[in-house]
Amino acid sequence: MQEKTFTITSSDGVHARPATVLVQKAGQFQSDINMHYKGKAVNLKSIMGIMSLGIPSGAEIEITAEGKDEEEAIQQLADTMKNEGLGE
Amino acid sequence: MSHIKGIAASSGIAIAKVYRLEAPDLSYEKRTIDVPENEVKRLHEALDISKSELEKIKEHTKKSLGDEHAEIFSAHLLVLSDPELIQPIEDKIKSDNVNAEAALEETANMFIDLFKNMDNEYMRERAADIQDVTKRVMAHLIGVTFPDPALINEEVVIVADDLTPSDTAQLNKQFVKGFTTDIGGRTSHSAIMARSLEIPAVVGTKEITGKAQKGTMIIVDGIDGDVIVDPSEQDLDKYRDKMARFEEQKQEWAKLKDEATVTSEGTHVELAANIGTPEDVQGVLDNGGEGVGLYRTEFLYMGKNQLPTEEEQFDAYKSVLEQMGDKPVVVRTLDIGGDKELDYLELPKELNPFLGFRAIRLCLERDDIFRTQLRALLRASVHGNLKIMFPMIATLEEFREAKNILNEEKLKLQEEGKDVSENIEVGIMVEIPSTAMIARRFAKEVDFFSIGTNDLIQYTMAADRMNERVSYLYQPYNPAILNLINNVIEAAHAEGKWAGMCGEMAGDSIAIPILLGLGLDEFSMSATSILPARTQLKDLSKEEMASVKDTLLSMGTADEVVAFIKEKTNQ
Repeated sequence: MQEKTFTITSSDGVHARPATVLVQKAGQFQSDINMHYKGKAVNLKSIMGIMSLGIPSGAEIEITAEGKDEEEAIQQLADTMKNEGLGE
Repeated sequence: MSHIKGIAASSGIAIAKVYRLEAPDLSYEKRTIDVPENEVKRLHEALDISKSELEKIKEHTKKSLGDEHAEIFSAHLLVLSDPELIQPIEDKIKSDNVNAEAALEETANMFIDLFKNMDNEYMRERAADIQDVTKRVMAHLIGVTFPDPALINEEVVIVADDLTPSDTAQLNKQFVKGFTTDIGGRTSHSAIMARSLEIPAVVGTKEITGKAQKGTMIIVDGIDGDVIVDPSEQDLDKYRDKMARFEEQKQEWAKLKDEATVTSEGTHVELAANIGTPEDVQGVLDNGGEGVGLYRTEFLYMGKNQLPTEEEQFDAYKSVLEQMGDKPVVVRTLDIGGDKELDYLELPKELNPFLGFRAIRLCLERDDIFRTQLRALLRASVHGNLKIMFPMIATLEEFREAKNILNEEKLKLQEEGKDVSENIEVGIMVEIPSTAMIARRFAKEVDFFSIGTNDLIQYTMAADRMNERVSYLYQPYNPAILNLINNVIEAAHAEGKWAGMCGEMAGDSIAIPILLGLGLDEFSMSATSILPARTQLKDLSKEEMASVKDTLLSMGTADEVVAFIKEKTNQ
């Protein structure tokens, strides 16, 4: 399993537009990918799951991936987080 | 056959089948089922159709309104493929043996409630998104049509209670031949949009949705404000004839497209157009507009979840300025509030929104929003002939403060090494009586006036223009209004400035002779009104109309004014 921690830097937190891009990206991988926040874990391939976390600016989150392409998944999701101005 | 009278909102004749734009009945019966697999299959079929529809709407929106507005549909599409939504619905069908409709609604409601109860306003609003998309799937499960103006692919006339700006923005002119609504007036959003799209429209019929069934033939006469449902052969012939004559008339007008606008004695006046988006510029040029007299920037802010960025605005302003070349473009800074709300600003509801926190009042307090817009405008200024206009100015202090902010941003941009035009005229919209009264004092400080008649009339007559019961007080020709307009034009000329008008009145055939006589320099109207106005002005004498100015200004009622002008100009 691969994991990586991020701090959300976007001033609006994880809102619909970047969440959309993140979920689209996660959907390209075979691995099971989850986002963890405040002890809750949701499927990162689920837009409603991500949105239901209501992640604000400044929050610490963790993304985990488990499967054949887990390394590639974490790498590309980290890039997406950065490109969308979501967090690093 | 039934004949209904309404308000002619956009000229032209449309003859086509009725397309009812309304929320479908989504009621269903919860049933116990025997073969869950069949229900799961039905669910997936409904999801697939919904997805392909959303893809089409997304593409259409991208083309007509740009990428930013299409984003929301990407999110909607993800909801329909969301494993955390679909799996629980399937599970419910199998475990509870219920039909897909019930499983969908119960699962969706769980999510909607979850979002509604979040402590973040933004997230609470996402509940509406989930509701929107699941309604579409529900409609397909039940087998009713979920109307999407963007998906229409045959010639139709749209019949609706009212059309929202986003409904209108989705209309495809190739197939939507016209529309007619129960509510609205000549100055409501749907009417203004219809004119800018050049689609014939009759609004304010009060009863059309009760009379027009889906698929029946309907005639919309946007010239005289008539609607005929299920017309006879005779009616059809009559209106096909009228349509042909209107087309001929349009071709006559088109001959004046590249001509200057001059009166019978050869005096030039400027005919400009009112626009809402960069896409409207083509219509301005096709109709021979000599400028843009009012660029309503609100549409950049509406129909989305967040404020437009400086870059987004810059692109739109630059596009309009470049398309117009060296012709003037008057951009009105954000006029939000009143009947135009932005949900994402979370402004408190007001008892009297038209007298409340709107336009420049909002921009001066939320100067972060204002400054972003001004920066985008200033940066775009080098791409054409930009003039900036502040809306809803009631006091000199407001104008001075707004202009100071503009100058501050200009200085900042110059310090950042950015190019800004040195010849930007800065003016105000005159739509509040206090400003019209002391226009003399304003004229010393502004570069121009543009009279906004829709609001000037409602504020002078103290009559809400959205309230149909006091609509008789919406009197453009009332001598009180004419005296205020005269005051503004005289004040401008006394200081060597120009005065224009960007309200609906500027394109009106009764008002044009009056305004010409009062000395108005620029008339800004719907693009489609320009050529008829140019035709009319060709036969009017400015001198002659100026000679009856005092007579008109001393009259007592609007009816006297209208009768006098009709007689004088043979209308």
